[in-house]
Amino acid sequence: MAGRVEVGEDEVASQPGLETEPKSESGHNISGNKSTIMEGESCLLKKMEINVSEAEKRTGKNAVNMQEIYTVYLIETRQVDSPNEDENSVPDTLWRRYSEFELLRSYLVVTYPFIVVPPLPEKRAEFVWHKLSADNMDPDFVERRRIGLENFLLRVASHSALSRDPIIYLFLTQENGWKEAANESGFQAKADSRLKALNATFRVKNPDKRFMELKHYGDELQSVISHLLRVRARVADRLYGVYKVHGNYGRVFSEWSAIEKEMGDGLQSAGHHMDVYAASIDDILEEEEHYADQLKEYLFFAEALRSVCRKHELQQYDLEMAALDLTSKKQQREELATGTVRTFSLKGMTSKLFGQETPEQREAKLKMLEEQITDGEELLKAKNLECEDFVKVAWADIERFKEQKNNDLKEALISYAVMQISMCKKGIQVWTNAKECFSKM
Amino acid sequence: MQTSPSSMINQHTLEDEPDSKDLFVTVDDPENHITAIETFVTYRIATKTTRSEFDSCEYEVRRRYQDFLWLKGKLEEAHSTLIVPPLPEKFVMRGMVDRFNEDFVETRRKALHKFLNRIADHPTLSFNEDFKIFLTVQAWELAAHKKLGPGFISKMGETVRAVASTVKSIKNRPDEFTAMSDYADIFRQKMGTLDKISQRILKELKEHLSEMKEYSPIYTLWSGSEQELAEPLKGVASSIENCCKATEGLTMGLAENLLPALHEYVLCAETLKSVLKRRDLIQADYDSRVDALANKKADREMLEHSDLSFTFGAFLGKSTEEVKQQKQQKIDREIDELQVDIGRLEDEVECANSNLKADWQRWSINMRSDLQSAFHDAAENNVHYFERCLATWESFLASQQTEIDTDKNGKDNA
Repeated sequence: MAGRVEVGEDEVASQPGLETEPKSESGHNISGNKSTIMEGESCLLKKMEINVSEAEKRTGKNAVNMQEIYTVYLIETRQVDSPNEDENSVPDTLWRRYSEFELLRSYLVVTYPFIVVPPLPEKRAEFVWHKLSADNMDPDFVERRRIGLENFLLRVASHSALSRDPIIYLFLTQENGWKEAANESGFQAKADSRLKALNATFRVKNPDKRFMELKHYGDELQSVISHLLRVRARVADRLYGVYKVHGNYGRVFSEWSAIEKEMGDGLQSAGHHMDVYAASIDDILEEEEHYADQLKEYLFFAEALRSVCRKHELQQYDLEMAALDLTSKKQQREELATGTVRTFSLKGMTSKLFGQETPEQREAKLKMLEEQITDGEELLKAKNLECEDFVKVAWADIERFKEQKNNDLKEALISYAVMQISMCKKGIQVWTNAKECFSKM
Repeated sequence: MQTSPSSMINQHTLEDEPDSKDLFVTVDDPENHITAIETFVTYRIATKTTRSEFDSCEYEVRRRYQDFLWLKGKLEEAHSTLIVPPLPEKFVMRGMVDRFNEDFVETRRKALHKFLNRIADHPTLSFNEDFKIFLTVQAWELAAHKKLGPGFISKMGETVRAVASTVKSIKNRPDEFTAMSDYADIFRQKMGTLDKISQRILKELKEHLSEMKEYSPIYTLWSGSEQELAEPLKGVASSIENCCKATEGLTMGLAENLLPALHEYVLCAETLKSVLKRRDLIQADYDSRVDALANKKADREMLEHSDLSFTFGAFLGKSTEEVKQQKQQKIDREIDELQVDIGRLEDEVECANSNLKADWQRWSINMRSDLQSAFHDAAENNVHYFERCLATWESFLASQQTEIDTDKNGKDNA
């Protein structure tokens, strides 16, 4: 009886180039100083205002029962369509610390592996230039983290799929209990092991080309943005030096003006302008940190992108393994049925050495194999479907992400240009004033 | 860049009578001169003049740094209380820079050019005989002439007098010169600091530039992996590159104008101090003579009423009257000599003081004008720098704006 080989090459891999319709998002920009957040069709943000408005220090005992100081952030929420919707309505508030945000994000990443999950602001200050301290307690760092956390919540709440998760709502509105609810979902168990993912990356045979290209893009993006941030920090450091040294002119001009009769006034006022010039760099570089933060967000987004690709590779690998397993089981059945040993196997050797089995034994084995093959075929079908679904949904979110990335980064570049223009205008003003003073000397 | 004397005829320098300038000097064309014993750099000195003291209207000679040192020494000797312009420093082995390094030679050439021009524009110094010889005679003649000058001994004498008279000179110095000395001290301090600050700014600018040069290519690299973002990324890269070019212009301006001007006045500050010292010495000389005269007069007084019976002359058998007369005559002679000296030195002091004051005035006016224009030009350089950067970023922004508009139109029409 010829075994129907139902497993063929083309059934193993999901079809690349599957036509998927990207979910169209309404490109609705939130006004104000928040980055371009595009709101999904039916997302949480439409019903609720979310702010991370303050940061405070707390003391408490940590896991090893030692005193520690940590920062908590105030999350304010307000219902949009509430009956008494006026400016003075008091928002609901609760305090959360960074580690809770980390837990929330881990939950989202495991539960929605096909979504490019928005990243959190950095855990430790990286790419610092000399003035900023790399200390997590530094007020500037805390302030930028507050903004980053708010941005994270807004992005999550504006995502149509993510924002529907009840855990999000609990996180935003219920002080206690959200952790338990999250843990109940068993997400920690579902998390893929790093080793398994690595294994899959190297062994998968037929991954979707688009995902491979995307992963490559993610790598490039990560590498280029980190290089950019590093050099930007050095440029900022040098610029700081240039401006600050000019401050010395102010002091010396003032001292020199004391011994000059005619030039005294001119020198004094020129010196004042040099002081203004030297002081101006602080604000300029603080503003530039916002630009760096925008770039950092996409540095971390690149990681989220790669995470989706890895999930695809894992799934694809599982699928390929299931298919291989089915193929080998079918082969075994064939050998058993026809008595021929096509490939080398221990069974074949032992049967040659110790004689073949009894017909009863063979019958039992065949029956077991048939069951396994049926199960295997079911599993393969399911996995195939799983893969196809994953690819469809993931690719839709990726298209959404791509558009968001292009808009956000374009805006970031434009705002960088605006910052440079403002810096140049200030420079022109200061030096024109200084020039005036010199010419009147 | 070679500035010939003829091109300088149209240049307006800030000296006393710009319209009647009749002596033009340029320093250019540095060359390495190699002999068996040593290697050194020579510069071409080209002179154009209509002055009658000069036999011809055009001269061209080659001189080395040592010759300039000699000239400066001679000028200081002949006009001890005039402010002789400073020379660039002797070569100091600083790291990798050697004395034939192009930048070093060019900086020195510019400073030597300034040095000769300041002398040429000086109402007194430009008529100095040694200056004329420096500009006109060939190298071998100059060598011979140098050997004729007052030598080592007179320089020694000056040093000895200097040491002896320092205390006295401070006591008798008129207030106005004390004020000038105080001014010179503070001026020297401030110039030194300004020089250091400006050099530091140049260093920081250069380092900023080198970081920026690494910065723009990263945007270009990034644009390679993007589609929609490629164009704005390339735009940012190009704007940063333009800012790099603007920064290069800024550093060049600083290095070629402000820094040499400040440095020259750092050296000038030293000259001020030494000029004041020399004046003090002249005065000290005069004062010591005056003191000597007073002592001699006092001695003469004493002689009238003294008992000479225990003098050497009395011991020899001379009468006290004879001894007295001899002594009186001696003292009278000494008094006469001293009074002649004092008369001469008084004139010298008068001259020295008035020369110094006049030249100090002249120097002050030039200093103010030079430094004012140096700082003014530096400020203008900065304005230009920021204007260039502004233009490139504004054009980037404009290009993005039109992108946004065409996008909008596209979406509306879709």
